Amino acid sequence: METIVQEIQGVPLNHYILFCSLIFTIGVIGVLIRRNVIIIMMSIELMLNSVNLLLTAFSAHSGDASGQVFVFFIMALAAAEVAVGLAIIVMVYRNTRSVDINALNRLRG
Amino acid sequence: MSVFYFVAFLSIFFALMTIFAKSPVHSVLYLVITFFTFTVHYILLNAQFLAIVNFIVYMGAIMVLFLFVLMLLNLNKDTEPLKSNLVKVMGVIAGLCLLVTLAGSFRVLEVTGPDAVGNTEIGLVGNLGKVLFSEFLLPFEISSILLLTAMVGAVLLAKNDPKNA
Repeated sequence: METIVQEIQGVPLNHYILFCSLIFTIGVIGVLIRRNVIIIMMSIELMLNSVNLLLTAFSAHSGDASGQVFVFFIMALAAAEVAVGLAIIVMVYRNTRSVDINALNRLRG
Repeated sequence: MSVFYFVAFLSIFFALMTIFAKSPVHSVLYLVITFFTFTVHYILLNAQFLAIVNFIVYMGAIMVLFLFVLMLLNLNKDTEPLKSNLVKVMGVIAGLCLLVTLAGSFRVLEVTGPDAVGNTEIGLVGNLGKVLFSEFLLPFEISSILLLTAMVGAVLLAKNDPKNA
């Protein structure tokens, strides 16, 4: 354990911020360029995870445990979101026989 | 110190593979590897509780759910809807604009305090449990209601309507 702690010491917080914004951007690009609804949801998971990691880094940096508790709540929220979202996708697939996001534009009415 | 940069590189690489992989099943598998690298990040930050929860909940439960739905709908490369190349290039450019904006705003950000992170004991299970069950007891109970609601909603949505069946 000591060696791991030694290893991580000296990584500036700025590098964590840059790394997490990079992962967040990859998630945004994934939402923009894919049309498969399931992959769009996976990109949203990627974004949630990058925010989780950044909250943990801030929490470890400032020595406040509240950030890590918040990450725990975000994980519970993500689990609920995935369960409901995938159920909706299964419903949509059953009605339209495709997972194309454009199949949902009939919601516009 | 170099461990962080190596794992960060792996995370970015597999995240890119996730969104650019042609087959949805490959995407899910790359996402699992991405989440594993995130677990390594949590261990490096000495957030042991979050590392375990990330490992079990994300890599276990959520990814199995994704994979299960992919197998259920029988999706593969042939059924994958494709966007035109123009839209893809525009999406990448828009994302890079977001990254440039974020990076530019970080330049004016002054991070104070010591550089070292991970040299704390707050991420251990005991400490987090004490905080969770004293300061955050009410949100914790409310999140259980959220999970119950999600469970009922998912079952209700996915259930076959007997009138249509």
